[in-house]
Amino acid sequence: MALEVQIAKELPDFTLDVNFRAESGAPLSILGPSGAGKTMLLRCIAGLERPDRGRIVLDDRVLFDSERKVRIPARSRRLGLLFQHHALFPHRTALQNIAFGVRNLSRADQEKRITEVVRRTHLAGLEQRYPRELSGGEQQRVALARALAIEPGALLLDEPLSALDAHLRSQIEARLQETFAEYRRPTLLVTHNIEEAYRLCDQLLVLSRGRIAACGPKEEIFKRPPSLEVARLTGCKNFSKVKALSADTEGATVEATDWGCQLRIAHPLDRAAYVGIRAHHVDFEEAAIPGASTENTFPCWLVRSSETPFRTTLFLKLQEPPAGDSPEFHLQAEVFKEKWERFRDQPMPWHVRLSPALLFLMPK
Amino acid sequence: MDWSPVWISLATSVTATLIVMVVGLAAAAWRERHNGPVMALVDGLFLLPLVLPPTVVGFFLLLLFGRHGPLGKLLLRFGQTVVFSWPATVIAAAVVSFPLMYLTARAALEQVDPHFLQAARTLGASEWRVFREVALPLAWPGILAGTILSFARALGEFGATLMLAGNIPGKTATIPIAIYFAVEADDVQHALAWCAVDMTISLSLLAALYYWTHARGPARWVRR
Repeated sequence: MALEVQIAKELPDFTLDVNFRAESGAPLSILGPSGAGKTMLLRCIAGLERPDRGRIVLDDRVLFDSERKVRIPARSRRLGLLFQHHALFPHRTALQNIAFGVRNLSRADQEKRITEVVRRTHLAGLEQRYPRELSGGEQQRVALARALAIEPGALLLDEPLSALDAHLRSQIEARLQETFAEYRRPTLLVTHNIEEAYRLCDQLLVLSRGRIAACGPKEEIFKRPPSLEVARLTGCKNFSKVKALSADTEGATVEATDWGCQLRIAHPLDRAAYVGIRAHHVDFEEAAIPGASTENTFPCWLVRSSETPFRTTLFLKLQEPPAGDSPEFHLQAEVFKEKWERFRDQPMPWHVRLSPALLFLMPK
Repeated sequence: MDWSPVWISLATSVTATLIVMVVGLAAAAWRERHNGPVMALVDGLFLLPLVLPPTVVGFFLLLLFGRHGPLGKLLLRFGQTVVFSWPATVIAAAVVSFPLMYLTARAALEQVDPHFLQAARTLGASEWRVFREVALPLAWPGILAGTILSFARALGEFGATLMLAGNIPGKTATIPIAIYFAVEADDVQHALAWCAVDMTISLSLLAALYYWTHARGPARWVRR
């Protein structure tokens, strides 16, 4: 069971042109910056927008085929679409909202279906409330229950957490994970939040200006982004152009021209044009251990730092101290507060180590 | 005192409003789904009775429903004449108040967040169900406002009615027409009485309109 999507649609600024497959039981995150075409993609699948050409197939059901002139209307597609701001009918109670899509069933079946989704979304006791009497998280659950009640062939979620407060998010996220695990139908989740995408889904699709920049298991994409663009979109902060020096069976040696250093890398060279490392992978040698390997270890100076509640981001200059007040830096490193407290008062230069296994190479 | 103008006016306005409510709403819903340069012309045509002098509207209706007019000829075949009969007062009032209903209903339907309609579609609702169960209840305050405005306009209709229905006491003489002929005949007492009735009805209607659209608005859709 799978949802196959291969469509193209001209948009004002670019062309949405995608081809991918979402399998049952493997939720797929569609990650991309605002305006990348994510919502439009979901709307095309749901039948609310018409693609210029292509095919959309759910299991054996052709929902859209421009060549065979098939275009099943939204009302007959039976897909569960969750809107960004829930789109609950304000003039109907939670129960009436949930029951909206199951009217064609017999009374007994309706009741069974509704009881089931109310239980699964933990909404018992709130059935008689109107949407405006519910909190953001409760509204979101009613919207989910309403979509699940029609037993949709696939679930499409458009930024389901963006309208919620931070403290509600993790709670709702856990509920969503539960739902995904129980539901086991193709599931697409549109988001611009990298961490949300990573936590909620196994598969990741990175969308940039209407094109698929990467698609596959999330771990692989995060560990070895296939391009500079994907590395950026998945939150990587540190890049340098590289010149290849040598390659062997265990990896390669390159010169990172922007960082002014030679690096050992534990990956094949391929057609590498850039090297990158994630900010939290930049490691500090707290004390020089005599005789320890000095591979990929460089002196560095702190240019400035920026604090979040639990982590500190350090902007570092490699090889030589910053000239005067110059804000120039080479690397961003992210460390936990505790570690930062331990070495913040040590004399500079500090030493960073860029682990050969955590560095990755990217073609242009 | 002859109260017949009051009953004729009320019967005419209620009937015309019911017709205009259905036709105006249907026109607004239909117009919402269609767009294009031709539609601007359609809009203009629908709003014309609002800006034309009522006498012009009445004259056109007379041409249309008269003995030699296309509709008049058709009705004559069934042995019916409309001109100078009670239905003529209804036709004149309906045509003149139609633009108010059409305009308000369209504005009300346009203000419904399209996401609600789309959500209903993805939940399997037919277009009719989307309209009846989602668009209509959400646009209801606006539609009600349009209905009240139309009723008030129908009640005040004079020019087109006089052209098409004339002044037949007890049959087509509505309040405004009765007032006109009472003043002309120097019957100030009757004119004043009918003016008072007309103002009472209109003022209550407008007050009700304000109550429905403003005072009651925010309290809706909360459990009581």
